[in-house]
Amino acid sequence: MSTTTIPRPSKPWGINFKQAIPDMVAAFATLLITYAIVAYTPLKGKLAFVIVLLIVAIVTSALISGIRRDRKAALNSISTVMVYVAGMFVIFPLGSILFEIIKRGIGGLSLGIFTTDMAVTASDAPLNEGGLIHAIVGTLYIVVIASLISVPIGILTALYLTEIKGKAAGTVRFFVQAMSGIPSIVAGLFIYAVWMIALGIQYSAFAGAMALAILMVPTVARTSEEVLKLIPNDLREAGLAMGGTQWRTVAMIVIPAAQSGLITAVILGVARVAGETAPLLLTMGGADALNLNPFEGNSSAIPFYVWKNFLLGTETSIDRAWAGVLVLMIIVLFFFSLTRFLSGRKGRV
Amino acid sequence: MSQANPVHSLANVAAARSATKEDHHIAGTGIEAKNIHAWFGDKHVIDNVSIDFFPGTVTALIGPSGCGKSTFIRILNRMHEFIPTAAMAGEVLLEGKDIYQSGTDVTKIRLGIGMVFQKPNPFPSMTIKENVLSGLKLAQLKVSNQNELLESCLVRAGLWNEVKDRLNEYGGALSGGQQQRLCIARSLAVSPQVLLMDEPCSALDPGSTLRIEETIRELSSSMTIIIVTHNMQQAARVSDRTGFFLSDGGPGRLIECSTTSEIFSNPKDKRTEDYVTGRFG
Repeated sequence: MSTTTIPRPSKPWGINFKQAIPDMVAAFATLLITYAIVAYTPLKGKLAFVIVLLIVAIVTSALISGIRRDRKAALNSISTVMVYVAGMFVIFPLGSILFEIIKRGIGGLSLGIFTTDMAVTASDAPLNEGGLIHAIVGTLYIVVIASLISVPIGILTALYLTEIKGKAAGTVRFFVQAMSGIPSIVAGLFIYAVWMIALGIQYSAFAGAMALAILMVPTVARTSEEVLKLIPNDLREAGLAMGGTQWRTVAMIVIPAAQSGLITAVILGVARVAGETAPLLLTMGGADALNLNPFEGNSSAIPFYVWKNFLLGTETSIDRAWAGVLVLMIIVLFFFSLTRFLSGRKGRV
Repeated sequence: MSQANPVHSLANVAAARSATKEDHHIAGTGIEAKNIHAWFGDKHVIDNVSIDFFPGTVTALIGPSGCGKSTFIRILNRMHEFIPTAAMAGEVLLEGKDIYQSGTDVTKIRLGIGMVFQKPNPFPSMTIKENVLSGLKLAQLKVSNQNELLESCLVRAGLWNEVKDRLNEYGGALSGGQQQRLCIARSLAVSPQVLLMDEPCSALDPGSTLRIEETIRELSSSMTIIIVTHNMQQAARVSDRTGFFLSDGGPGRLIECSTTSEIFSNPKDKRTEDYVTGRFG
């Protein structure tokens, strides 16, 4: 009986323990040298430790690769270390922000804050009294209304730029780019000056949403344009060659193919405005009581609530502010996950 | 028979091809190009090309790269105009009517003249079934029995057996050759009278190429097919007539257009002979 033995699957390109020993020694040596430098030279403190560690790590990894292999390997090691460090520079602030928000905000969280407002509660009352339902409702109103206004405008603008390629495309693109540089307070002032002073309309969530829409349109338009540009021209030609009008080709082929990218564009737009405070100060007026009418009357939003409580400066109000920040983060995260989930179910490219 | 000379072997292929094809005077509309010129900006790329494509025949357009073959067939279904700098002159007659006449419904023209592109381009957001039926939705046509149409298109494109159990999978999951046949099936769904194919096999392996050539032969009984190809054997195998394009640095011209066996065995022009025997190009 002759059996051909099938070799066991292996990963010869992987690093086994024996090969990793020099690297681990090097890592240990790096730490040791850094520690020695920080302990015995005038370079003291945490910041000095991080920077010295970075330099020592680059030098040791380059030395080791240089000795084991050659100059090319040494350069490769240097760039590898630098890429990792750059990655950590991005992740570290994000991680520490999340950590800090959760640490400080968790104390103020309770079921009560999702059911009550601050209409009858003093800001320095104990944390189990009062809540921020008025701010949550306000934020939902302004984000939803701002999206309803700016998503169609943004995507239609992008379609004008990529599909119609009209005569004014260059001008439109220029103004969209210029618009994305508008400071948020200017958008707020614009609505304040035009909508409220010139037209004499009172504070409302709707006014706030319009200010946010001004900020959201360029983000949505620019991101959508980039996404639509990625759709291969072959698909448009195929649609047109099969007797589709331009509109039907765009609606049936281009937009579905770009769907997940367009959803990303909307998410980026929402992310741009969900935490805005400045334009809301001028347009929403602020309120401590729940206002269910988005078109009339002062109302609040979570960033507004946070800002107000920080200004008050008492111990409990600052706790309330942190709880507000945490709630805002959770809401934004929830919407991101929801849209990702919805877009993930259909239409892969 | 010992080493045949390449002209003769191709000529044999072409002759065998025309022998198997029964006499065709099939109902259907041919398409006729009259005195076609084309420009991109100031660059004159096609100079006075006239070809009559007979109903129910396969016409191959051959010639070196850059001689205007693709531009020419894009003129035949009004896809040329999507290039911003493009311009043209001449007439394209479908059922005796010029498709460039003002007031013509372009989408209707393109419904009657289908096109298969060089690179397989199934719609990525649609399933195999939706891809095949996409033409109906695009052109807002109603069909009583969609499943029947779906099956008949896929059968005619030679893809049915491979995909009949996975009609709801995405088109992008198919292999390159299957994707191209899916694109052919998609063009067939709106029952065009003319099918333009712009190097449909250039991105495919020999097996898929053969399948598509079989498909072309089967389709040729019911429609007029115009195929651009760089593959001389392919032209000899599938076509009834062949047109040879050439550019001498200036605009592309039609050097010769005749039956395929004529082009490969007894070309009138020296340049055609040089090209089909592989002496240049």
